[in-house]
Amino acid sequence: MNAARPGADLAAATPAPGPATRRLMEGSEAIAEAAIAAGCRFFAGYPMTPFTELLEHFARRLPTVGGVCCNAESELEAVGMAWGAAATGARAATGSTGQGLSLMEESLSEITLAELPLVTFLLARGQQDYHQATRGLGHGDTRHVVLAPIDTHEAVAHTRLAFDLADRWRHPVLVYGDYLLAHTREAVAIGPDGPPPPPKPWAVDGSLGGTGRSRIISPLGFGKVGHPSPGIEAHQRAIAAKQAEIAAAEARIEYGGCDDATTVVVAYGTPARFVRAAVAELRDAGHRIGWVRPVTLWPFPAAALAAAVAGARRVACFELSAGQLIDDVRLAVLGAAPVRPIGGISTDGSGFGVGRLLDTEVIAARILAVHRDEDLPPLPDEPGGAP
Amino acid sequence: MTGREPPPAPTPGAPGAGEPGAGPPGARRIGTAVPDLLLTGEHHLCPGCGEPLAVRGLLEAIRHLGLTRRTIAVAGIGCYTSFSMTTDLDLVQALHGRAPSVATGIKRMRPDVIVYTLQGDGDMVNEGLQEVLHTAARGELITCVLLNNGVFGETGGHMTATTVAGQRTKNTLEGRDPARDGHPILIGDLIARLDGAAYVARGSVHHPGAVARTGRMLRRAFETQVAGAGFSFVEVVTMCPTGWFVPTLDGPGYLQETLGTVHVMGELKVDGRIRTTEELRAENTRADAEMRAALARGGIEEP
Amino acid sequence: MSARGTVTIATEACKGCELCVPVCPPRVLSMSEATNRAGHHYPLLADGCTGCAACQLICPDFVFEVYRHPRVAP
Repeated sequence: MNAARPGADLAAATPAPGPATRRLMEGSEAIAEAAIAAGCRFFAGYPMTPFTELLEHFARRLPTVGGVCCNAESELEAVGMAWGAAATGARAATGSTGQGLSLMEESLSEITLAELPLVTFLLARGQQDYHQATRGLGHGDTRHVVLAPIDTHEAVAHTRLAFDLADRWRHPVLVYGDYLLAHTREAVAIGPDGPPPPPKPWAVDGSLGGTGRSRIISPLGFGKVGHPSPGIEAHQRAIAAKQAEIAAAEARIEYGGCDDATTVVVAYGTPARFVRAAVAELRDAGHRIGWVRPVTLWPFPAAALAAAVAGARRVACFELSAGQLIDDVRLAVLGAAPVRPIGGISTDGSGFGVGRLLDTEVIAARILAVHRDEDLPPLPDEPGGAP
Repeated sequence: MTGREPPPAPTPGAPGAGEPGAGPPGARRIGTAVPDLLLTGEHHLCPGCGEPLAVRGLLEAIRHLGLTRRTIAVAGIGCYTSFSMTTDLDLVQALHGRAPSVATGIKRMRPDVIVYTLQGDGDMVNEGLQEVLHTAARGELITCVLLNNGVFGETGGHMTATTVAGQRTKNTLEGRDPARDGHPILIGDLIARLDGAAYVARGSVHHPGAVARTGRMLRRAFETQVAGAGFSFVEVVTMCPTGWFVPTLDGPGYLQETLGTVHVMGELKVDGRIRTTEELRAENTRADAEMRAALARGGIEEP
Repeated sequence: MSARGTVTIATEACKGCELCVPVCPPRVLSMSEATNRAGHHYPLLADGCTGCAACQLICPDFVFEVYRHPRVAP
């Protein structure tokens, strides 16, 4: 995938599959199938909406390919089991929604320090978990790579990419999906099984016991006595340095219509599909408006975003939260143009799903207000009511 | 036990102060000073600590059963964590309380490998209580080893879920008061009641006989895993003179008189038969009374 | 007096806990006046060791290596 790619062609980011290889499936199923095609052979999870179906699909499919799916008793067990599985060198994954990830955070941070290639699927309730996903998933100076697919096709590509990136860097990767992604059915092609994962000499298999060369996997940065060991400070600095390398190499972004735009709208994930459609309508009506979609949330594509909005007089930020993405947008723009929030907290009566803000007309009206330097129109009434 | 009369003075030139390995010709060496599976015998645990004795029993059980080249260790967080750097086995360092789930993930992906956890009471019975119970209930084919000294040793000697009533710790200086601080958890009894658990035992290291008996329990636990019979669990009550505010020489006696009266030594579950701690206590009392009677008849030498 | 066994003592590894002294059945261990490099007293062996290995079992610092002599025909 290229680091920056104009998205004037609004077709899916991945090449269109042939009709014979497509199947109608919900996003959760597509993610599970893509993971298995990428060689994932371990999954552990605990039911929680809107993540539950992902666990169901893995539970159904992994045994059929000789893999293991553990129905963990809580999120704590789930992430621990995935830690152990990853330590054996297997491609392993876990996941939850934001609340469940909160429980897993200690382990997710320490897994980064232990340099384990775990893939975690966050199926969030909306976009209020941006800070959680991008600010390390817990304590310390640790960051997961975070991929934010816009639709099921990209979720398939991102799932495969997640396992590759995790093994390439020996670093955990998070795929940020949501209720809409998980439960929308699309005709998707998973693609053929990928190549076997790279060899992992660091993985433990018990075979070096008693040889003096036995292995240790630890977040603390200590080796076995008698072997060079960096110590905690040096170890954490090394992880930070690796993260800087990842940041320089793996940022991804997509944008369109920015060359002549005086207003640029930033959005990520499934809402970006609505923003892209709203911008297309506004451009058809003659407005010089563009859109930018960070594809990786960490590393955040700050330089590419700043370049894309360089000619704009104003930036609008659409997200389904009180304002988290906007922090990174403002940091990237660095005062070159005002950044106005045009999203907000938006959900349905259950608190899991889609609210009134996820509506192309509503979004277009809010973009236009920013474009005209006007106040935002009032939010749709009856919050939490039926769409 | 302490026998304070002065021993005979050492004969000049008497054996004793030589280097390990320099035994007299023709003599048979018994065991090794440093366990084979420790890269070094050096450690920074306190004088009089019981944990190294349990670690020796654990590593010698693995070696005795020929499991050296097919074992993965999962270590929790406590004083014993320093053995993670000196244990010559493939090892995964886990977080406080979380070793059982990590061990589960390893065993599920590598069912041919022997997997054990090494955890303290603060780690397993405080932070990780649900982890070990769920792992036992699932009948995971792993062996969990608990080092129980009734305190959080590494952070300075505070109360844990296994601290006994009356025990003085850093944050129960007047002694644990059940009315204020609750009652200790007998984790072995909880685990024994779970159908997934096949072998559950509680040992101790406060005198050589107990150390030897605990070594046998550890062997039986690993045999249980090798046979695929179910979850196996060995608790080892260890001395912590530092955490107990006692001189090192008083550690064994303190163990016997405080923790040992609550966390009683014995096999709680073996071959499908469950015994409670209360039954073990009654059994030990009976065995003790029989021994006293035999001594009174002049029948056996005091061990 | 002929002993049935003997031990070697890694005096520099000892931390002076003295647990070995009371567990020795023939009571042939006593603590030194001298101290090792770390400042701890360490055990000394008198005659009469039986090679029972109680000291090795109880020592947290792996100080003792234990030997048993072959039995001598009467």
